[in-house]
Amino acid sequence: MAEETDETKDQAPEGVDLVRSPLRGEVSRRGLLSMLSFGWIAFTAASAGLLGAMGRFMFPNVLFEPPQEFKAGFPEDFAQGVDERFKATYGCWIVREPKGFYCLSTVCTHLGCTPNWLPADEKFKCPCHGSGFLASGINIEGPAPRPLERYRIVLAGDGQILIDKNTKFQEEKGQWELDGAFLNYA
Amino acid sequence: MQKLFEAVRQSQIWRSIFRHGYPDTPRNRTLAVLSNTFLHLHPVKVRRSGIRLSYTWCMGGLTFFLFLVETITGLLLMFYYHPTADKAYEDIWALREHVPLGIMREMHRWAAHLMVITVWLHMYRVFLTGSYKPPREFNWNVGVILLVLTLLLSFTGYLLPWDQLAVWAITVGSNMARATPFLGHEGPGASLLSFGGLNLVHAGDDARFGLLGGRFVGEGALLRFYVLHCVGLPLAAATLMAVHFYRVRKDGGISGPL
Repeated sequence: MAEETDETKDQAPEGVDLVRSPLRGEVSRRGLLSMLSFGWIAFTAASAGLLGAMGRFMFPNVLFEPPQEFKAGFPEDFAQGVDERFKATYGCWIVREPKGFYCLSTVCTHLGCTPNWLPADEKFKCPCHGSGFLASGINIEGPAPRPLERYRIVLAGDGQILIDKNTKFQEEKGQWELDGAFLNYA
Repeated sequence: MQKLFEAVRQSQIWRSIFRHGYPDTPRNRTLAVLSNTFLHLHPVKVRRSGIRLSYTWCMGGLTFFLFLVETITGLLLMFYYHPTADKAYEDIWALREHVPLGIMREMHRWAAHLMVITVWLHMYRVFLTGSYKPPREFNWNVGVILLVLTLLLSFTGYLLPWDQLAVWAITVGSNMARATPFLGHEGPGASLLSFGGLNLVHAGDDARFGLLGGRFVGEGALLRFYVLHCVGLPLAAATLMAVHFYRVRKDGGISGPL
């Protein structure tokens, strides 16, 4: 085989235009590889960024839901017993006892349906699978594995009851003893 | 008449569509399958056992047929259904009471139930005939994803009538997403993801929230489930079905008896 020089390589066969790379001589073979890997890394990073942005798109910034914190009115507006005023709008019952107030979540601890308060039987009864709870929220019948959760209840500066659904108290964790689980009011 | 047929068959239009002669020789039969976009997913030759009803139960074929039924009836239902809390239930009622051919929604519903059954039976048949073994193990996995997609299609469609059954079934069903490891706010590992006493994963940003577009099953959930039910999941299922059928062909056709 005849020795090839750059001169002979560049001589195109007759009638064929030799296309010369614009980068010829400026990029080595190794250099091309590292340029390509830089390109791939940039492409992968851009794709990952786009995917992340699309994932973020699914989590809205503004929700048209009732706020998690609300003022429920003055303590003297409440009679003794279970108050159902905020069940449909905020998903909680405010219960007044002789010693004070607590706020129960309306989410059944079995599978998340909404129980009904039965005044005659003095218990909450879930229509989905028959779980029953006392007015205190303690589970007494059906498949519910634990008591209803309580939300944080405090007095606001203006004397109104303030409910904060961001903080919840679970009886089985001993959290009903914590500050905010019960509002002392005689 | 003969001349007319001959003229049509010699025309450029005919010959641009059909690249082969009558499928009356083994070569032309093979070409007929290979040069057709839809048929080329199918094996060129099928074993005698592959068309025996007692061997395959035709469950895969029936599943595909039911998917086509769902696509067509579902497309028709979309002309009458608004995925909004105000109108959804009324539209479903109207589809039964005063839209012509009021059985259309029932057909969609029945075919959906049937499809879940046939998918399971197809899987059972594939298991009994050992068709999950190499070289078909990849296709078994594609099939498992298709099973999940079928169940998700069924689940998302369940919410669309927007009646009490729908809302509470989806409430109960989507509560499972609370327990997703790390991504659900009541799941294992979620409590580890906190920063200075502040939980990074809570009811307002976990997997269930992303699915429902809110903290409870509301209007956002209805719209999300509608889009998933009508566009997202069917597209994914159709793509994977094409892969599934092509793989049957590439793995040597329907498996033979043991």
